[in-house]
Amino acid sequence: MTAAARISLDLIGITKFYPSAVALNQVSLGIRGGEVVGLIGENGAGKSTLMKVLGGTIAPDEGEIVIDGETASHLTPAEALARGIAFVHQELNPFFNLDVAGNVLLGREPRSRRFGFIDHAAMARRVKPLLDMLGARFQPSTQASELSLADQQLMEIAKALSTNVRLLILDEPTSSLTLAETQRLLDVVRRLRADGVAILFITHRLAEVEAVGDRVVGLRDGRNAGELQSGNINRDAMVRLMIGRDVTQFYTPPHVRQGPVVLRTRNLRTEAYPQAPVDIEVRGGEILGLAGLVGAGRTELARAIFGIDPVQGGRVEMNDKPVASGSVPAAIAAGICLVPEDRKGEGLFLDFSLSENVVMPNLSAIATAGFVDRGAEMEIADRSRSRLSIRAPRLDRAVSELSGGNQQKVVLAKWLGLDPRLIILDEPTRGIDVGAKAEVYRLMRDLAEGGAAVLMISSDMEEVIGVSTRVAVMRRGAIAGILSRADLSEEAILSLAVG
Amino acid sequence: MHKKDIGLAVLVLTVGAIVTLVNPRFISPVNLANTANLIGLFGLFSIAEAFVIVTAGIELSIGSVIALLGVIFIDLIASHGVPWPVAFAIVLVLSVVIGLLHGWLITRLKLQPFVVTLCGLLIYRGIARFYTRDGTAGFTFGTDLPMLEYLFVGRTAGVPHSVMAFAVFAVLAWFLLHRTVFGRHLLAVGKNEEAARYCGINTKRVIVTAYVLCAFLTGVSAIFFAMYTKSVQPSAHGNFYELYAIAAAVLGGFSLRGGEGSIVGVVLGVVLLQVLQNLVNLLGIPSSLNFAVMGAVILVGVIADTQFHAYRQRRHHQATRSALAEVSRIPSANG
Repeated sequence: MTAAARISLDLIGITKFYPSAVALNQVSLGIRGGEVVGLIGENGAGKSTLMKVLGGTIAPDEGEIVIDGETASHLTPAEALARGIAFVHQELNPFFNLDVAGNVLLGREPRSRRFGFIDHAAMARRVKPLLDMLGARFQPSTQASELSLADQQLMEIAKALSTNVRLLILDEPTSSLTLAETQRLLDVVRRLRADGVAILFITHRLAEVEAVGDRVVGLRDGRNAGELQSGNINRDAMVRLMIGRDVTQFYTPPHVRQGPVVLRTRNLRTEAYPQAPVDIEVRGGEILGLAGLVGAGRTELARAIFGIDPVQGGRVEMNDKPVASGSVPAAIAAGICLVPEDRKGEGLFLDFSLSENVVMPNLSAIATAGFVDRGAEMEIADRSRSRLSIRAPRLDRAVSELSGGNQQKVVLAKWLGLDPRLIILDEPTRGIDVGAKAEVYRLMRDLAEGGAAVLMISSDMEEVIGVSTRVAVMRRGAIAGILSRADLSEEAILSLAVG
Repeated sequence: MHKKDIGLAVLVLTVGAIVTLVNPRFISPVNLANTANLIGLFGLFSIAEAFVIVTAGIELSIGSVIALLGVIFIDLIASHGVPWPVAFAIVLVLSVVIGLLHGWLITRLKLQPFVVTLCGLLIYRGIARFYTRDGTAGFTFGTDLPMLEYLFVGRTAGVPHSVMAFAVFAVLAWFLLHRTVFGRHLLAVGKNEEAARYCGINTKRVIVTAYVLCAFLTGVSAIFFAMYTKSVQPSAHGNFYELYAIAAAVLGGFSLRGGEGSIVGVVLGVVLLQVLQNLVNLLGIPSSLNFAVMGAVILVGVIADTQFHAYRQRRHHQATRSALAEVSRIPSANG
């Protein structure tokens, strides 16, 4: 850090209208150098809009911004940058075709004196100290495509630091990190705070806010919902702040009623880990949590069972009958469905309407001689909307207009019409708000209690322990162990995951 | 009908009205029938292209396929004495084979549609020219085969049969794209192929089918063209037709990124392009400016569309904004 003065920033009475809603309504937020402020709120509460106001990408309709004693009605992106405001966005979009130094200094590359070519040596000299400070275990010359998600995150932070940052805004920085990586990131946050940087920490992981937050600001429905000072930051208070009430029985596993084995894999070998055969059983009526570090092969296993990826060997059995491998239609016909990790890329057609999305896997059921019955389509969509309490005013509007939590419910709704026997959920609550999380859990419970087998992949320990009846832990492509509900603890899962 | 389609219809009518005012010959029965005939001929392969574009693909070999299949059709009948229904069937089978080949290269070998069909454009044109030794494949049998002549260049109640064929295929295409499961799958694959796979859609089969449909319709259109021109000069026959087709589809609201578009739109797009051609002739604009006029109108149309869209967004925004301001003021004034 240079000796830049600590930032002093106040947003006062910020209001922003969007085409269909008031995104921000008289919101105020102050932050000073050397403090970590947690910004919490359900999806659609206005956090992203507030961030865009800070970054200068949208101008508020009302209110003012007082920065270092100067008042403005809005910032431009250039002003925000000049004032030392930097972002690490939730969705990392690194340039995989460049190396780390190229990513960090993108658009600000030092030029060589003679011909104006990019001076790679100078770039490495500038980036290396930043990486050292962050405790990164990669080099400026490492290709971005070789970095793990956690390292990509560090690279983004290095990028923010390279601009002489005074206010660092972290949006859901840990949503795809493992526990150890999260700890490392929180250490970086503490170090930056000690250096006088102001940090605005946006997350759904309340435990992290509890760990590093000096102050918590809650938003609800586009308004200030209240603040918590350092002594009062705890989970219950934060949940109350976000949703305005207590969440009772947030985590409840289903009533165990051991059903018959629904899914059985025999020596199933995936493309990612061909040397690690997987044998796993999921019974009807249970929620089997699938834990493990990122990269342990959990998503690959799910994709192999669902037929997205061809298998290298072994087979999948549903109700003791083998399922043709490498074919999604065969998997669906056998009663398997998968809620993928990447909601926008794999789960939804964002520009299509809610009804079109909901009936997509099940079109032939509502078709006569190949013609879609649009009345039936609307009926099914309407039923799904009420069953999952999807907050969408219209069935014929694009799902891109919905919040993340409601989008996730649409993905779930797609499959309910097929009455699945095995439902695989890959990180089903990533980046969605508390209210929607509770809905997702309730639905999983309902499915299990209705006799279906549920396989849930999750990196959120609290969630895995809270909702699973059993937990299988994966390590380097293989099942490292299975824990029954009585043996569930963070330590037990971690020791299996790390090995 | 989409709002875009209505805008396009208004544009077609406006251009038509202007041409009529300047030169009333535009609405003479002879001119209308001739223009309609061209609309039918160009419309068939434009619908074909639309089915490929909606999957986020592209088909660049349409003009060359029309030349090659036209040459083969004429040669089979004129030089080899093949009965015309058999020649007709052979051409259609060949067209399906071409479609299958393109679909296979694109889905199995994972080649880009642009590359595959660009090579097709070059290869089929070359074969057509080699096949005829660059000579014109001519026709003398128009009068010998009255049935064939009647079916493909005849008129019923003054309406050219090409237009009728176009109308029939357009209606079928409309139902197929906008009302059937397969149509939904086409749109889904074009919009997000990965999500379509996760829905259990056999995306490869959908894409191959789109290319086969496209090639089949192109084959039908090739026969209409061969019968219309009565002679096929393999180096020039059908040149740039794929670009007409792409232009018509884009005018009709098909995005080259796939996943959207309407058959009504592409039909109107074809009509607009032919009316523009006619305009150039009737208004005495040098025919060398033909392409320039067409390009300019398409560009203006697309700009107007995006600007109008942005304007509507802004107006919608302002309307809801003032309404929301009313509603939200009340509680916040108290609180």
